[in-house]
This record gives sequence, structure tokens and C-alpha cells, in this order.
Amino acid sequence: MAKKTKKLMKKGKRLDGRKPDEMRPIKIKAGYVKRADGSAYIEWGGNKVVASVHGPRTCYPRHERSPYKARIQFKYKLAPFSVDDRANPAPSRRDKEISKVSSEALEKAVFTEYYPKTTIDIYATVIEAAAGTRVAALSAASVALADAGIPMRDLVPACATGKIEDTVVLDLNKDEDQEGQADLPVAYLPHNDEITLMQMDGDLTPEEYEEALDLAVDGCMKVYEEQKRALRERYEHIEQETEEE
Amino acid sequence: MSTDELIWDVKKDRVLRELKKGKRLDGRKKMESRKVEITPGFLGRAEGSAMVKLGNTRVVAGAKLGIGTPYPDSPEDGVLITSIELSPVASPMFETGPPRGKTVEAARVIDRGIRESNMVKTEELCIEPGEKIWTVFVDIFPMDHDGNIIDASAIAAVAALKNAKIPKYEDEKIIRDEFQGKLPTRDTPVAKTFAKIGDEIVLDPEIYEEKSKDARLTVYINDKDNVCASQKGGSGAFKREEVNKLIKEAVKKAPETRKQIEEL
Repeated sequence: MAKKTKKLMKKGKRLDGRKPDEMRPIKIKAGYVKRADGSAYIEWGGNKVVASVHGPRTCYPRHERSPYKARIQFKYKLAPFSVDDRANPAPSRRDKEISKVSSEALEKAVFTEYYPKTTIDIYATVIEAAAGTRVAALSAASVALADAGIPMRDLVPACATGKIEDTVVLDLNKDEDQEGQADLPVAYLPHNDEITLMQMDGDLTPEEYEEALDLAVDGCMKVYEEQKRALRERYEHIEQETEEE
Repeated sequence: MSTDELIWDVKKDRVLRELKKGKRLDGRKKMESRKVEITPGFLGRAEGSAMVKLGNTRVVAGAKLGIGTPYPDSPEDGVLITSIELSPVASPMFETGPPRGKTVEAARVIDRGIRESNMVKTEELCIEPGEKIWTVFVDIFPMDHDGNIIDASAIAAVAALKNAKIPKYEDEKIIRDEFQGKLPTRDTPVAKTFAKIGDEIVLDPEIYEEKSKDARLTVYINDKDNVCASQKGGSGAFKREEVNKLIKEAVKKAPETRKQIEEL
């Protein structure tokens, strides 16, 4: 909601000491869940998300099967203990919406045409939430897909920008998310230079929107580096194990 | 599913072929919306209502007021709840059952646009701080789906809220046929939805265009000509330049619709 009740910036810096275009620390680990086909764990600011990939596997219910391509089903969930007031374990309307747009955001990256009649399921559960959970979950998801060895055009980094005290800033923290003037989560396909997820609420002039979108893409590129680093780390680890054998 | 998909694929070829020649199947220009007709106060039992036709897409929205408890973090504010039912009445593509991704997304996009524009003065809907407030339900029911349910629903919801009245409330009871005044509102948010088909983009997609789309962008514009909500949908993607252009287009097109709603 567009409110300006709380002070969020001091001397050009944000209250947590960050500059407007500075991201919170981010760390991704590829290959976190042994029994999943692919998985990833992300810590980003105060967010912790675990994501598992199962598939390609037979798609049920049958009517959701496509003769042309795999179905990409991403399911986002907030664990009950991840937020201040316990979250109801049943999927909320918010969960359903995020799941839908995130599934669509990932679909363009995957060569779905290689696996007709199947489903590729990605389950991402937020175990600790501190604003920006959907972009954290989505950023973990494409690493998990890559970890599962699913052919992809590119990874799908995601990052949010917003507006606080009339300034466009990168990667909102919890207070900025609640008290700020706008929020713009974005997912980006670097290979195509295209936006695959974009939601926004608040109040932005068209010029601010453009600025916020550009800054979000810059943020996505930072996430992209971490995603690649995580996958490289995972691969090196396996290489080492093979050598030991 | 598979036979349906085949049919839509054939249609998509045609939609795209025409678009490449700069034509739409119904003869509109790419950035031209269908005609909007609004019938305010269409329903008798709802406190506010409107029936909207956007081309052949027909949507009815009803606002109902009830007594509720406020959220703990805003003890003196009323609550606004928007929902939509995509019923098989409107289209064979819709199924019965609990709301799924598409339905929930539509409802939440419309809800965000109305909420973020601060259209309803929720601060004036308090009856007893921390205890009792008015809850405003806006329920949207598409009756004929010929494409772009979101924009039609957005108009219907706003128009319904604009003519909603607050019932009298005496001795802990709502008196449904007597009113204490109008529901207090300020802004008139307007949604503009674009569909990207191949590399072509059109405003206000009709059903064939909508089913052919690779991606969708809904932009909500408030009275200040600023963006108060937006949402990308569909498995395709947008270039940044396209997003910026479409936002300017939405800013340009919103006032006409706003005027039409405000003149009711």
C-alpha cells in the first residue's frame, strides 16, 4: 500500500546500511535434497527457501497432459513457521497466484518440447521469510532444474525492486516492503534479454517504472552470477568424488 | 485437451498471419479497444452493481456490505475483498470446482488495482475501532467470455463500488433496504490488458487473440496517470522496451475509460 509513515532512508542510505542499488547477501547451494531429481537451497537476506524438482515424469491428471510438451508446474508455499503470524498450511490465494506466474516464468527457459506428455514439478517451500520470497523461490527453482539435468535455454534469475521515500531501490527488506511505496518483482531470461515474470503494486510514474525495471534486471544479473557459481560448485564437488573413487 | 489444442493452433496461425499484415480478425487497430457499455445498478439485491459489455464479453459485478472484524494491523480500516468466479456459464473453457491459478490470478490482479489506487476510503468504514468494521465484498461474475475478462471485470468492479451504498446499521443489525449514504470512494483505477502473439502486441484481446497469446500484460493506471499495479501472465516474455511502451500506451488509453465510468 502506498504509505509513507515510517522513515526508511537516512543520508541517502537505507536503514540497514545499504545503498539504493545494493542487494542483500545471497547464497545458493545446488543439490540440497538427495532424493529429488534436482534441488537447490537459497539464503537471501533473511529468506531461506528449499526447492526440489521431480521429473520429467508422467503427467497426472491426464487432461493436463500435452502431446507437444512437458507441463511445468511450480508450487510455491510458505511454511507455517516462516512468518510472524503462523501461516495456514493450506495453499492461500497468494500462493496460488505466485505458483501460476512463476510456472509461466520458468516455462520459457525449459526445452519442454523434449518431454511431451510429462510433467516437471518444482516444489519450493519458504522456511523463513523476509520480503522477496517469490523471487528467492524462483531463483532457487531454475538452479534446481539445472541440477536435475533438464535441458534449458538459460537460468531464470529473479529480483525485486521498489520505491521507498520516492527513491527506486533494489531488493526490498521486510520494513521497506511493508512501508514502501511500490514493489516490482521481476524474473529475467538473460539469454533472450526478456522479462518472464513481472508483478507490481504501489504507485510508480511511467519513468520510475522504467528505472525500477532496469534496476531489477541489474539485480537479476547479480543473482545470475550466484546461480552459476552454485552450479559450478556443485559440479566441482561431483568431479572430486569421481576422482576419489 | 489435445483436440482443443489443435484447434487453437490452427486459429493461432490465422490470427498471427493477419496480424503480420497489420490486421485483426475483427477489423480493429492493434491498439484499439472494443466498445465499452456500462449499466450501473444492474442488480436489485446488491448494495452496488454494474453490468459491463466489452465487445461481446459480458461481466456483472455486485458489491455486498457486511459487518466484519478489522485486521490487527489496521484496527480502524474497513476491509475490501474481491473475488471472481469463472463459471462454465461463460465459456466451455471454464470448469467447476475450487478456484485454480487462473481464477485466483484474475481476482488478485483486479483486487490489487483497486486496493493500490486507494479507491475505497476504507478509513471511513470503521464502526467500532478494533472491533467492528464494514467489509466490502466485490464479487465478479463473467457471463460471456469473449476475451479479456480482466479489463471488463475491472470496469465492472469499479463501477459497482462507485454506485454502492452503505446500509443502515442499528442495534447490531443491518437494515438492508435503508441506507446511510454512499460508499466513500476517490480514485477510478483503470486496467488495460495487452496480449503478445508472436512478436505482435494488441490491446484488449478478443477470445481468439487471447487463446493465441504467448504472454499477457495488465497495467493498472490510477488518477495521477501512474501505474498502481501490473502483472505479466502467460508462458511467453516481454522485452523491456515493450513493457515501457505498453505502460505509456495504457496511460494514454486509461482516461477515456475512466471518464466513461465517472460519467455514469
